[in-house]
Amino acid sequence: MTDSKYFTTTKKGEIFELKAELNSDKKEKKKEAVKKVIASMTVGKDVSALFPDVVNCMQTDNLELKKLVYLYLMNYAKSQPDMAIMAVNTFVKDCEDPNPLIRALAVRTMGCIRVDKITEYLCEPLRKCLKDEDPYVRKTAAVCVAKLHDINAQLVEDQGFLDTLKDLISDSNPMVVANAVAALSEIAESHPSSNLLDLNPQSINKLLTALNECTEWGQIFILDCLANYTPKDDREAQSICERVTPRLSHANSAVVLSAVKVLMKFMEMLSKDLDYYGTLLKKLAPPLVTLLSAEPELQYVALRNINLIVQKRPEILKHEMKVFFVKYNDPIYVKLEKLDIMIRLASQANIAQVLAELKEYATEVDVDFVRKAVRAIGRCAIKVEQSAERCVSTLLDLIQTKVNYVVQEAIVVIKDIFRKYPNKYESVIATLCENLDSLDEPEARAAMIWIVGEYAERIDNADELLESFLEGFHDESTQVQLQLLTAIVKLFLKKPTETQELVQQVLSLATQDSDNPDLRDRGYIYWRLLSTDPVAAKEVVLAEKPLISEETDLIEPTLLDELICYIGTLASVYHKPPSAFVEGGRGVVHKSLPPRTASSESAESPETAPTGAPPGEQPDVIPAQGDLLGDLLNLDLGPPVSGPPLATSSVQMGAVDLLGGGLDSLMGDEPEGIGGTNFVAPPTAAVPANLGAPIGSGLSDLFDLTSGVGTLSGSYVAPKAVWLPAMKAKGLEISGTFTRQVGSISMDLQLTNKALQVMTDFAIQFNRNSFGLAPAAPLQVHAPLSPNQTVEISLPLSTVGSVMKMEPLNNLQVAVKNNIDVFYFSTLYPLHILFVEDGKMDRQMFLATWKDIPNENEAQFQIRDCPLNAEAASSKLQSSNIFTVAKRNVEGQDMLYQSLKLTNGIWVLAELRIQPGNPSCTLSLKCRAPEVSQHVYQAYETILKN
Amino acid sequence: MIGGLFIYNHKGEVLISRVYRDDIGRNAVDAFRVNVIHARQQVRSPVTNIARTSFFHVKRSNIWLAAVTKQNVNAAMVFEFLYKMCDVMAAYFGKISEENIKNNFVLIYELLDEILDFGYPQNSETGALKTFITQQGIKSQHQTKEEQSQITSQVTGQIGWRREGIKYRRNELFLDVLESVNLLMSPQGQVLSAHVSGRVVMKSYLSGMPECKFGMNDKIVIEKQGKGIADETSKSGKQSIAIDDCTFHQCVRLSKFDSERSISFIPPDGEFELMRYRTTKDIILPFRVIPLVREVGRTKLEVKVVIKSNFKPSLLAQKIEVRIPTPLNTSGVQVICMKGKAKYKASENAIVWKIKRMAGMKESQISAEIELLPTNDKKKWARPPISMNFEVPFAPSGLKVRYLKVFEPKLNYSDHDVIKWVRYIGRSGIYETRC
Repeated sequence: MTDSKYFTTTKKGEIFELKAELNSDKKEKKKEAVKKVIASMTVGKDVSALFPDVVNCMQTDNLELKKLVYLYLMNYAKSQPDMAIMAVNTFVKDCEDPNPLIRALAVRTMGCIRVDKITEYLCEPLRKCLKDEDPYVRKTAAVCVAKLHDINAQLVEDQGFLDTLKDLISDSNPMVVANAVAALSEIAESHPSSNLLDLNPQSINKLLTALNECTEWGQIFILDCLANYTPKDDREAQSICERVTPRLSHANSAVVLSAVKVLMKFMEMLSKDLDYYGTLLKKLAPPLVTLLSAEPELQYVALRNINLIVQKRPEILKHEMKVFFVKYNDPIYVKLEKLDIMIRLASQANIAQVLAELKEYATEVDVDFVRKAVRAIGRCAIKVEQSAERCVSTLLDLIQTKVNYVVQEAIVVIKDIFRKYPNKYESVIATLCENLDSLDEPEARAAMIWIVGEYAERIDNADELLESFLEGFHDESTQVQLQLLTAIVKLFLKKPTETQELVQQVLSLATQDSDNPDLRDRGYIYWRLLSTDPVAAKEVVLAEKPLISEETDLIEPTLLDELICYIGTLASVYHKPPSAFVEGGRGVVHKSLPPRTASSESAESPETAPTGAPPGEQPDVIPAQGDLLGDLLNLDLGPPVSGPPLATSSVQMGAVDLLGGGLDSLMGDEPEGIGGTNFVAPPTAAVPANLGAPIGSGLSDLFDLTSGVGTLSGSYVAPKAVWLPAMKAKGLEISGTFTRQVGSISMDLQLTNKALQVMTDFAIQFNRNSFGLAPAAPLQVHAPLSPNQTVEISLPLSTVGSVMKMEPLNNLQVAVKNNIDVFYFSTLYPLHILFVEDGKMDRQMFLATWKDIPNENEAQFQIRDCPLNAEAASSKLQSSNIFTVAKRNVEGQDMLYQSLKLTNGIWVLAELRIQPGNPSCTLSLKCRAPEVSQHVYQAYETILKN
Repeated sequence: MIGGLFIYNHKGEVLISRVYRDDIGRNAVDAFRVNVIHARQQVRSPVTNIARTSFFHVKRSNIWLAAVTKQNVNAAMVFEFLYKMCDVMAAYFGKISEENIKNNFVLIYELLDEILDFGYPQNSETGALKTFITQQGIKSQHQTKEEQSQITSQVTGQIGWRREGIKYRRNELFLDVLESVNLLMSPQGQVLSAHVSGRVVMKSYLSGMPECKFGMNDKIVIEKQGKGIADETSKSGKQSIAIDDCTFHQCVRLSKFDSERSISFIPPDGEFELMRYRTTKDIILPFRVIPLVREVGRTKLEVKVVIKSNFKPSLLAQKIEVRIPTPLNTSGVQVICMKGKAKYKASENAIVWKIKRMAGMKESQISAEIELLPTNDKKKWARPPISMNFEVPFAPSGLKVRYLKVFEPKLNYSDHDVIKWVRYIGRSGIYETRC
C-alpha cells in the first residue's frame, strides 16, 4: 500500500458506507442514505461515484424518495451521460402514470436532465404531456419545451413543439397560458427574427383575459410579454391600457412594475390632448409611491426604475417629493437612490424643503451618502436659480464644519456654481482659500486650482497659492496637473508682469519633464500661443465659457427610451442595456418605444420611431459629475473654430523672451468679454523653428499645413525706378523695384555699367530696417559687367534681419559694393510687399479686434480718382493680399471690411467705403501700431490706381 | 429567468444549492460568498454583478438567500419570489434559521422543485402547496383519483388559493386593521412627512367557497353613495378617509375594484393579508414629542423630552418607548422621569424610556444630563432623531370597516350566521422627531 490511503480514507469510507446503505433492503434506510447523498452534494462533495446505486432506488412508489433520486439525477446526469440512459425507462413509464403529479414530475425532471442522448427519448412523452387532460401536467410540459429548446433548438423546431406551444396560448387554464407565454417569450428572444410570439389583437385579447385569472407570477409573464407588443393605433393602445391599469393595485410589486412598463410604453402612442392620457398619468403615481413601502430590496429596484420614469415623464411624480425623504434606518442603497430622485424632482416650489433635508443628510455618518448630499446641494443651486444663494450659504456652513470630505466635496460643487452664475458668488473665495491645505483629493484640488486661476485677478496671492501647488507637480494626478497648467497660464495672462517666471516653470515642467502626452501637448499649445500671439492666447485661454446645463447626469435619451422598455428588469436596475451584461445573443434585441400614431397606420420598423418628447424639450446632456471636470479643462481650448492662421515667418524673438512685441498692447487692455460672442481661435499656424519655442515631434507637422498657401498671382509691382544714378556711383546705375510673389519678396535690380571699365565683385548689404528685410542670398552677378552692359537680377529677400525703426517707416538703406567702391543709397519700399498671404481674418475675429483696437488708432484717408466698383476693388486688392472679410451695403454705399497682415504679425483692419458714381472712396484703417496706417494707405492707393 | 438559488449560513457555508440553468456553475456559489458575504464593506446593493452574473440577495436573521442569473430577468419578480420563498418556508417550519433549514433540507428541495421550474416561479400559495407537499411525504398510493385531480386543479386553477369542500361547524371570521403610523417631525414641531401604511388582515374560518364583499369608509365610495342620500353626505363626508393607494391579495378581483371600487373576493382559508393601503391626509398623530437638547460646554449635554398623547382620554396607549440617542463618547447619564422607567443603554447609545400605559390627552416628561468624554474627534455627532414606539387601539388613518358580507349560495348559511370580529391596532412605524 502507498501512503495515498491517508488522503482518501475518510472519503472512501464514507462513499463505501453510503453505497451499502443505498443497496439496503430496508426502505427507510435507503431513503436516509439518499438524503445523506443529497446533503453531501449540496455542500459540494463529489458523490457521482454512487450514480448507479442511486438510480437503482428510482423504481419506487414513494414519491419523496423518487423526488430525491430525481434531484440527484439532475445534478450528475451531465457528468455520466451513459448511466443517465438507465433512468430513461422509468421516466417514460412515469409519464404514463395515472397520478398527474407523477406525470408532471417525470416530464419536469426529464427536461432538467440535460444530456443530448436523452432528448430524443423525451420527445414522445413530452408530446403526450403537452396534450394531457390535466392542466398541471400541461403547464409543466409547456416549461419543458423551453428546457428542451435550450438543449437542442433544432429538435424542438423539427418536432413541431413550437406550434403546440403556441396552441397552449389559447388553453382554457390561465396557468398553462402563462407558462406557455413565458416559454415562448424566452425562445423568441433567441430567435429575434422569427415571429414566434405572433402577437395580434386576437391573441392579445386572450392574454388580457388570462391576466385576470392566473397567479401573480403568470401575470408578470403575461405583462412582460404584452410590453413587447406594438398596438396598431392609439385606440388599441388605450384599450389595452384600460385593461392593464387594475394590475396597479396588485400586492405583488413585480406585477405593478410590469404593468407600469406596459403603460409607460403604450402611453407613447397616446395623444397628450386625450383626457385618458391625463387620467393615466394620475393613476401611475400612487402605485409607484406604494412601492416605497415594500421591503428594502424591492424599494431599491423600484427606486432605480422611478429614476428612469422621472427622467422620462417628470410630471408623474412632481408632487411626491416628500416620499423620497430619507429615513434614518433606510439601507444605504435606498438612501443614495432616494437622494438622486430628490434632486431630479427639485423645483422652485419645493426647494426650501429639499435644502433643509439635504442639510440634515450632510451631517450623517455614511461618507458616500454625505458626499452625495453635499453634491446634491450644489446641483440644486444650479437647477433652481432662486435657491442658489441659499445653497451657497449652506455650503459655506458645511465648509465651516471642517470635516475633510465635506469641505472637499463642497469646493467641487462651488466650482460648478461659479460656472453657472459667473461674477455672483466670488465673495466666498476667501473662505475657500482658507481650506487649501486640507484638500487631498485630486478632484477637490483641481476644482480649487480652477477657481484660483479663474479669479486670479481677485486673489491677491494667487501666484503664491499656485506656486505652492507647483512644488509637488509630478506627484499630482493628471487632472490636477492639467488644471494647474491652465490656471497658471490664466494667471499669467491676467498679471503678466509678476508671473513670467512661474509660467515658464510650469511650461517646462509640463513639456520637458512629463511623460503624459496630454499634458505635454497642452503645454506646447499654450507655449506657442503665448510666444506667437499673446493677444490670441488671451482670447483663447480667457474666452468666455458657455454656461453649464442644469441637469448633469441625465441618461442619454435613446438609452432612456430603451430602458423604459425594460422597466422592472435587471437592465433598469443597472441602467444599462441588456447587451452590456448578458452574454451571447440572448435578450440583446434592441427595444424601442413605439412611435406616436394618431392614425391607424402603424409604423413597423422601430428605427422610424421618434423618441418620446420632441427634441426641444430634452435638456442638454452633459457628462456626469465625474466627467465634468475633464470637460471644464478641455474648455479652455475651445471648439475648433477656423481662426486666422498666424504669422508664418516674421516674429523674431529669442527663446527667453516669450512676451513678444504684442505684450505692450496686451497689458493695456481690459480683459473684458469680446462683443458678447464667445469664440476661440486655436493656433493653426506654422511655427518656424527659429521661434524659440521647442518643437514637439509630431506637433510641427500638424501645424505645417499653412505654409506655402498663397495667392499665385503676385501683387502689384511698381515699375523700376532709378535708385542710384550713375553719376553718384562712379558709373554704376542701379534701378529697381520690389515684388512679392507666392509668398516671397524679392528686389528686382537692374545694374547698368555706365563707366568705361569692367565691374566685378558685386555684393549687397542692407542696413537694419523696420521690418527686418535682408537679402536672403548674396548678390549674384555671374559675369563681369562690361561697359554699357546691363544685367537684370532678382534678389530674394527675407524678413528675418535685424529690426530698427526707420523714418520713414519703409525706408531701406542699401550698400552695394563692387571692385571700384562701396556705394550707399536709400529707397522706400511699398508696404504691400509685406502683406502676407494668410492675412484673411475670420469675421468674428475681425469684429472683435475692430472693437478691441482703441478709436484713437483709427486713421481715415480719401482715395481720389478711383472709379472702381466694390468687386473690382476687392479682387484687385486681394491679389496684393488685402482680403475682404465682409461686405455690406449701407445706404447705397458699398462697405468692404478688409484685413491684412504684415510679415511681422501686425494686423491692419480696413473699412473701404465706395460710393457708386463717386470716383473717390474712403479708407478707414485700424491697427495696433498706428504708424503703419499711412503706408498702408499709400499701398492701397498704389494698388487701386494701377 | 432565475438560473440558480442558494441558501447560505452566516459563515457563507452553503445549506441549499439548486441550479436550474446550465450557465450557472458551482463557482457562482463561491463568487457570492467571497464578494458579498465575506466582503469587508457593508453591502451596498441587494443586486451584485460579478463576472456578468447577477446575484440577488435577501437576508433573514443570519441566513442569506441568493438567486443567481445571467439573463436580463425581471428583478422585481426575483425579489418578490425570494420573499415568497421565505414565507413558504416559514409556513412549513417556522423561523428561518440554520438549524431549521438543515432539518428540512429535503422539504426545501421539494418545494424548490415545485415553486420554481426552470427558473420560472410557479404557484407558491402555501394553502395549495400544503395539499400535496407535506412534511411526512405524500403517500400517493393513498390518494383517490378525485383527490389527485382536485390537487392539480387547485394548483393550476383560477382559485389556486382555496380548496373546495372546506367545512366548519361555526363560521367565523376575524378582521384586523393593523396600521403603522410614520412620522418625521422637525425639532420645531413641523410635520416633515407623515403617512399611515395599513394592512387589513383577515382570518377566515368559513365553509365552502364563500363570496365576500368588504366595505370601509373610503371617501370615493362614500361620496358616490352620498349623491343619493343628501343628508348623510355631510355627516359621512367627515368620517370618510382619502386612501392614496391600495393593493390587494391576489384573491381580490382587481378589475371590479377598478371599475366599481368594490372589494369582492373568495378568501383563502385561514389567515391572509386582504389589502394594504396608504394614507397621508388627516392622520391622527397619537403622540407628539417635544425635544430640547442643550450643549453645556464640550463635555455635557442636557436633554429634556416631553411627550403628549393626542387621542380620546378614554383610550389607552400601550408599550410606549422613547429612544433618545446619546453621543458615542457618553461617559455617564443621569435620568429623571415622571412616569415609567428610563435607562441609559450604553451598547445602544441611547436612553430608553419605557411607559407601560398612557391615557389620551396626557403628557409626561423626562430630563437627562449626559456627561461626555472629551474627544479630539473632528466629526460632529450626527444627532440621530428621537424615535418612538407605541401601540394604540384605534386606526390613526381614521379607517373604519363598514361591512364584510359573506355569501355562500351552495351551503345553507347566510351572512347573519357568520360571527365577525373586528379589531383596530395602530402601531408606530418610523416615528421620529429630529432634535
